[in-house]
Amino acid sequence: MYDAVIVGAGVSGASTAWQLSHYDLKVALVERWADVGFGVSKANSGIIHGGFHHSARKTLKARLEILGNLMFDKLQYELDFPFHRNGILVVAFSDEQMVTVRKLYQQGVENGVRNLEMCGRDRLLELEPKLNPEVVGGFYAPNGGTIEPYRYVFSLVESARRNGCDLFCNFEVVSGERKNNLWTLTAADGRTIKARYVINAAGLFADRVSAVCGAEEFKIHARKGEEYLLDRNSPARPGKVVFPVPSRESKGILVIPTAEGTTMIGPTADPAEDKLDTTTSADNMQRIVTLVSRMVNGVSTRDVITSFAGLRPVLDSEDFYIDLSEKVPHFVQVAGIQSPGLTASPAIGEYVKDLLKKDGLELVEKEKIEYRNPPHHELRNETPEALDRLHADDPAWTHVVCRCEKISEAEIIEAVRKGHTTLDGVKFYTRAGMGRCQGGFCSAKIMKIISRESGIPMEELTKKGGNSRLLGGKLGTIKVNTTPEAAE
Amino acid sequence: MIHDFSYDIAVIGAGAAGLAAAAETAKSPFRTVVIDREDQLGGILRQCIHNGFGLRYFKEELTGPEYADRVAALAAKPNVEFKTGTAVTEIKRLPDNGFELLAFSAAEGVSRIRARALFLGMGCRERNRGNLAIPGSRPAGIFTAGAAQKLLNIEGMLPGKSAVIVGSGDIGLIMARRLRWSGVEVKAVVEIMPHPSGLTRNVVQCLNDFGIPLYLEHSVVNIAGRERVQYVEVAPLDNGIPQLDRQFRIECDTVLFSVGLIPENELSRQLGVELNPATGGAIVDANLQTSVPGVFAGGNVLHVHDLVDFVSEEAADAGRSIVHYLDGTLNSQANPVTVSANLKYVVPNKFNTGEKGTYSFRPLIVSDAATLEAELNGRLVWKRKFTYVKPAEMLKVELPAEILNESGTLVFRLQEEA
Repeated sequence: MYDAVIVGAGVSGASTAWQLSHYDLKVALVERWADVGFGVSKANSGIIHGGFHHSARKTLKARLEILGNLMFDKLQYELDFPFHRNGILVVAFSDEQMVTVRKLYQQGVENGVRNLEMCGRDRLLELEPKLNPEVVGGFYAPNGGTIEPYRYVFSLVESARRNGCDLFCNFEVVSGERKNNLWTLTAADGRTIKARYVINAAGLFADRVSAVCGAEEFKIHARKGEEYLLDRNSPARPGKVVFPVPSRESKGILVIPTAEGTTMIGPTADPAEDKLDTTTSADNMQRIVTLVSRMVNGVSTRDVITSFAGLRPVLDSEDFYIDLSEKVPHFVQVAGIQSPGLTASPAIGEYVKDLLKKDGLELVEKEKIEYRNPPHHELRNETPEALDRLHADDPAWTHVVCRCEKISEAEIIEAVRKGHTTLDGVKFYTRAGMGRCQGGFCSAKIMKIISRESGIPMEELTKKGGNSRLLGGKLGTIKVNTTPEAAE
Repeated sequence: MIHDFSYDIAVIGAGAAGLAAAAETAKSPFRTVVIDREDQLGGILRQCIHNGFGLRYFKEELTGPEYADRVAALAAKPNVEFKTGTAVTEIKRLPDNGFELLAFSAAEGVSRIRARALFLGMGCRERNRGNLAIPGSRPAGIFTAGAAQKLLNIEGMLPGKSAVIVGSGDIGLIMARRLRWSGVEVKAVVEIMPHPSGLTRNVVQCLNDFGIPLYLEHSVVNIAGRERVQYVEVAPLDNGIPQLDRQFRIECDTVLFSVGLIPENELSRQLGVELNPATGGAIVDANLQTSVPGVFAGGNVLHVHDLVDFVSEEAADAGRSIVHYLDGTLNSQANPVTVSANLKYVVPNKFNTGEKGTYSFRPLIVSDAATLEAELNGRLVWKRKFTYVKPAEMLKVELPAEILNESGTLVFRLQEEA
């Protein structure tokens, strides 16, 4: 029996679990997919926003965005994930666009964001030499930045687990009922979990989880964003995140110097009927490349190493819905967490914690809290001297498995031992397979390491859980007919 | 302890190129180190268990591993050291014009390897689905042809049960046959060009002999499947534009990509080696020396070859040049060599007067009657007829020393006969 069960291990759920893990509570985090962060949190732009896109007077999402932004430095220190406050530029290419730029700047100032700076053309080009020199003006938000969103989720969950939180993956909640002051959630595979409080942070499926628990009826719409990733060597990589002036539906198509050295362009913003539809399309690539080429120099389709799409969970209100359920007791809704949800997430966790307290959950800090995740080594970020010392303990530290991103065998072993046993899980934890060859050289090696460390036979390994088997079985297991007639 | 090693020559990559280069430097008194990421010598040849290798270089037909063993044996001399399982991650030029490599291996940990001259033999990587930005979902079951070949031939694992191969490059064609022999159904090979991009013999022996359909001027316009690939959608092309009204579906659980190779020049870039956009490899002179003195290149890292024999030949030439470089007897001239009509590129990009010159080309046309012509300072000095040229087959010719008798510019062109 748990004090609280959190449904959904994305940024909102993970941040909530991390907050609650500091108190004398039994907390469980359940995730529908094979690994944490495998839903909305895995596929987004990885931006820590600057607090100027939405009005803090009018929206909860803006208030939490501003608070969340301020929390990232301390979080990074404690939890250790890739994050850079490299700043955001919003750029205009016409006087008409400048009107919107001034409005946004004003909104940021009203929101209480500090250090925003209106810029003329020359100042912008000084701040970001990669900009198209035809830029007219814009503003600079030095408080914005970039983050690896999946690594952030992994770090939160790792810390929460270190402080006693239990994690259950492949746990798709299909029903929830409350009897004798206790919630029982049942998973698709029949597992159940009991808890006093339920926190619904189920992302795209928060509407369904709410419905099966008899709580509020609402609809989460999926809004798709396609992104294209460019090679590390792309000359287009800017120093700062470059935004166009936004539209009603989205913050526009950006050029993002990702926290780990690549360049990303996107996202689109189109409604998706199917909440599992993360397909990309040919038209959108051309559209994105054309749009961003107007903002920065050096964007080329030749540098595209991969593409992906993510879905934003959107409510009709376009705002977050974070509140105690009015229909069922001891149930917290954390729904509609679209952009700037990643930025807001640390504040979302705190907000949920305060709601639980308001609802009567007793919060007593643990006597001993492990605030910091243990140091996390990465071959690519260590000096030769440090690697030499690591090698003395474990030769796997200097065995390079992923050549493009320079990932050692030791990092892959660590990922598997921490429970990331799918190829995508290892990829998102370590970056192995994220580089220019996209796993062409290292996938087989990684699969062997996962198999060896986890005991899962090669032929049963999956890309991302479920039926995503990577292989078709052992050679020799299919009967072969190579007689000449067979070729007819 | 960080190891410090010092050699005369460092060869990066122990494939068909690196080993052939080392076999030549081994004949000199200089000390050579051959470094490779993999635990075994031979590079990609190790997974090429089919035959057809070595007819030119060894005058007999060999499998990939046999070829690798032969060329490795040529390099195995007392003055050649091999460091396998060793990845070079950084490379820099020293003030004394030597080089320092930072290398990692499980066996030796961190090493700093110094050398006076370098041979770049890093080969290629495969272009992948992401590079083409083929639309659709991203399920399990999508491989590059070479990655699938490694899984099958080295790990003994089947990539799937029924496959569509995108692109008709040689690795894809070889894999079509290999999969078929392993019991995997090969539904189709889909090629955007109007002609196959692999060698004719591979189209005949790997597709035609097995009745595997080849869709020329077709493109995969969608990959579908949430967890594992379920089907692909294929559309005919009209002037390069997919005709979506005529698209059709092929059910399969595996998609292999054989859509070209990209020379792996990330280390070359660190040294500031000037690259040729037409090849993706370095710009080299008649000695296969790059724009950085003391750095030589050969094989697929320089330009993509069709035959391993040519890889080794070119690398051996570079190996001999390295010995001359260290001897102080290297003759480096700056006479430019360029291409005009119907040729994508020429390697090398410079010639020396009074020496024979070996040139490799990639045609841009398909023709059964074409003439390759060489003009020196605007004067036609050499020509040769070809009864068949196509982009899939590299041309390699030798110009005698007496033709290259004056300095200036040498221009090649491929003339199609009416």
